[in-house]
Amino acid sequence: MKNIFERDWVRKLFSLILTFVVIQILISTNIINDYLQATLATICINIILAVSLNLITGFTGQFSLGHAGFMSIGAYTCALITMRIPTIYGFILGVFSGAILAAIVGVLVGLPTLRLRGDYLAMATLGMSEIIRIVFENLEITNGPAGLNGIPRFVNWTWLFILTAGTVLAITNFLKSSHGRACISIREDEIAAEAMGINTTKYKVMAFTIGAFCAGIAGAVYASYFYFIKPNLFGFAKSIDILVIIVFGGLGSISGSILSAILLALISTYLQSFPEIRMILYSLLLIIIMVFRPQGLMGSKEVSLSVFSKLGKMFKPEKGRE
Amino acid sequence: MEQLLQQIINGISLGSIYALIALGYTMVYGIIKLINFAHGDVYMIGAYTGYVCMTKFQLGFLPSLLIAMVVCALLGIIIEKVAYKPLRNATRIAVLITAIGVSLFLEYSTMFVASANVRSYPPMEGLLSKTFKIKNITISMHQIIIVIITLLLMVLLQFVVKKTKTGKAMRAVSQDRDAAQLMGIDVDNTISVTFALGSTLAGAAGVLVGVYYNSINPLMGTMPGLKAFVAAVFGGIGIIPGAMIGGYIIGIIEVFVSGYINSMYRDAVVFAILILILIVKPAGLLGKNTREKV
Amino acid sequence: MAILEVNKLTKSFGGLTAVSNVSMALEEGELVGLIGPNGAGKTTLFNLLTGVYTPTSGTITFTRNGVKREIQGLKPYTICEAGIARTFQNIRLFKDLTVFDNVRIAMHKNVKYRLLSSVFHLPSYSREEKRLKEETMELLSIVKLDHKKDEYAKNLPYGEQRKLEIARALATNPALLLLDEPAAGMNPAETAELTEFISWIRERFKLTILLIEHDMSLVMKICERIYVLDYGMMITNGTPEEIRTNKRVIEAYLGEDVNNA
Repeated sequence: MKNIFERDWVRKLFSLILTFVVIQILISTNIINDYLQATLATICINIILAVSLNLITGFTGQFSLGHAGFMSIGAYTCALITMRIPTIYGFILGVFSGAILAAIVGVLVGLPTLRLRGDYLAMATLGMSEIIRIVFENLEITNGPAGLNGIPRFVNWTWLFILTAGTVLAITNFLKSSHGRACISIREDEIAAEAMGINTTKYKVMAFTIGAFCAGIAGAVYASYFYFIKPNLFGFAKSIDILVIIVFGGLGSISGSILSAILLALISTYLQSFPEIRMILYSLLLIIIMVFRPQGLMGSKEVSLSVFSKLGKMFKPEKGRE
Repeated sequence: MEQLLQQIINGISLGSIYALIALGYTMVYGIIKLINFAHGDVYMIGAYTGYVCMTKFQLGFLPSLLIAMVVCALLGIIIEKVAYKPLRNATRIAVLITAIGVSLFLEYSTMFVASANVRSYPPMEGLLSKTFKIKNITISMHQIIIVIITLLLMVLLQFVVKKTKTGKAMRAVSQDRDAAQLMGIDVDNTISVTFALGSTLAGAAGVLVGVYYNSINPLMGTMPGLKAFVAAVFGGIGIIPGAMIGGYIIGIIEVFVSGYINSMYRDAVVFAILILILIVKPAGLLGKNTREKV
Repeated sequence: MAILEVNKLTKSFGGLTAVSNVSMALEEGELVGLIGPNGAGKTTLFNLLTGVYTPTSGTITFTRNGVKREIQGLKPYTICEAGIARTFQNIRLFKDLTVFDNVRIAMHKNVKYRLLSSVFHLPSYSREEKRLKEETMELLSIVKLDHKKDEYAKNLPYGEQRKLEIARALATNPALLLLDEPAAGMNPAETAELTEFISWIRERFKLTILLIEHDMSLVMKICERIYVLDYGMMITNGTPEEIRTNKRVIEAYLGEDVNNA
């Protein structure tokens, strides 16, 4: 009989359930108190944002500085829906509508701008997200610069976990498919990819749209957990925040993004009362990483879950060998 | 009609500032193909230097302006040497991320040292504080000074770029860095000079803005920086006259949007212009389209 | 039957006409060379054939399985799907990916599952991925790169990088293969091996091959017919023997003075 821990999906499932249960216990026993729960929510939201931006920038090679714009679309949509339908169904509807709306804007923005290369695309996406912010600042329904307050909270650890794990799994699955490899080939060499039969525009827009969809989810979770949103929470600085996470973790590494999201959230929490120092540290981090280790913490490598396979062997050493 | 003239005058003053900043963007882009994100913050440092000169050291307008320009020139050189030079052969995205890092560093270090509070420039005295009225059109001495100094600096820059040996070296390096090196041009030096020149102009713009709008803060560089970038792209990035024209056009458009439509939307319009140009004619007004060689 | 017909193809960049009024035809199964001095427009012609550039005027007709199709101005990926694959003068591999992935990505157009299946790894995903893996391994063992399948493309020796680029082109299942200076930068021994390899894959995959090459030993040895391009114009075509003695070809390579002297 084959050791079941050698199967990839068993390992994944096992580690996921383990993470969920351990943290749930820590919350129930109040070791993770309310304050730390907010950090936990930030970590989950940042993981979703980072992994989805990594899909666009790290894997497909399209430099986007507008991720916060998509996030804000998700946040406002979900907020407006749950404020009118303050039930769990309203929340679910809000998350989906937010994500889909963000994805639609992603397609609309992506189609014309993804023809641009490198830094030009970065500026176009930055411009786009600034426009979105300014629109939210001027609309009546979004209550202008003051933003929306008192959004009903439906997000708890279970929801955080489901949505975060769900996005990460969906994106890793995508990257392991032929579609995902097509995206990666664009990063490697766009001209060669196109010559090998890959419709590069289609896959760039696809990656951009999936990324926007996930950013929409992250925004919705943010709105529902922190029950207050305003346009300048989703400005240029937020996009940079996400960029720092993926650069630090390694462009092209999902596990790097996750580790880095956790690490940076902890550092931020620690430095909460010194916002300037936090930003100075962030900026130095960006420069130092780019100068000395441009591949980031993990490069494009992934942390493997084979530790569990070894654990499994420890549990039943004899049978595992057959 | 009078209102239109007044708007144009205001637009030209604002446009002068954008043009000065845009020149730095365009020169740096021309020579090392980098969108120097930190450029807007060099302008902010210029404004702060002018402020310190005028309040702490009680200096007049002109000496403060000159000191701010020198400080920014040095700052530009240091930024280039420390942050960009080690990345000469890195990918463009890597350098752009570094530039974002430098920008954040300047902003938040200033905030740390000088606090996030808005500070106001001391009021100008004597001739400098005068305003002129022709019928219902008001022109302040500030505006006249901005335009005169801007034009003066532009003429000077054109002279440096077109007539001097350094200018020739700059143009050579922007054409082909390796070939320039083989012809005996000190490429590193030339790039430093380019940063210094661009930063000098940004420093001047900083002091002028301080005098014009009277208030400065550590994040004041972000928006004008981005708009100046839009101006540079509008005119054709890498092309010096393009940046000037772009600066004036963006300034006038912005004032018109504020005046005739809604001031809340003026930033949105500028970004919409950016996206439109990038899509329709990424080479800009004066640029030529190029294609990657296969 | 002609697999590729080029009729009065012209490409101008501003004032410069890089390819001017070029006509040519390739019969199915032929191995044809395209030669000419530097800057004659050979690579530009390749770029027109593969959709990287849109021609200013003229037509390109490609026939596969009896279906005729005009392909000028189509996107590169559409042309690849139609059955024309290419390599590049300055190797363009997916450098940071493995040998295996380089080939597997080129099989993308034959993959029959959709986005939903790739996100949720539905049964169609596993089935197709298994097939893809087998086919990739099969191709790699045919070109004898299977023992290096997990190597990064950038770490291969130069000769094998060229070979991998050809294998990657083959993975798109082409009827016509365009090779842009496959022997550039190779020593005589490597060139000889490559020469063998090219004729062998032509038989093995029933290909028509058009190749640009400066190495005359390779061209004269394996090409059945040769086209000569000079200043963007097709000056002649014929068998290697005819080309070797053609006066205009010698002029093109050695300069006008030969004529005047």
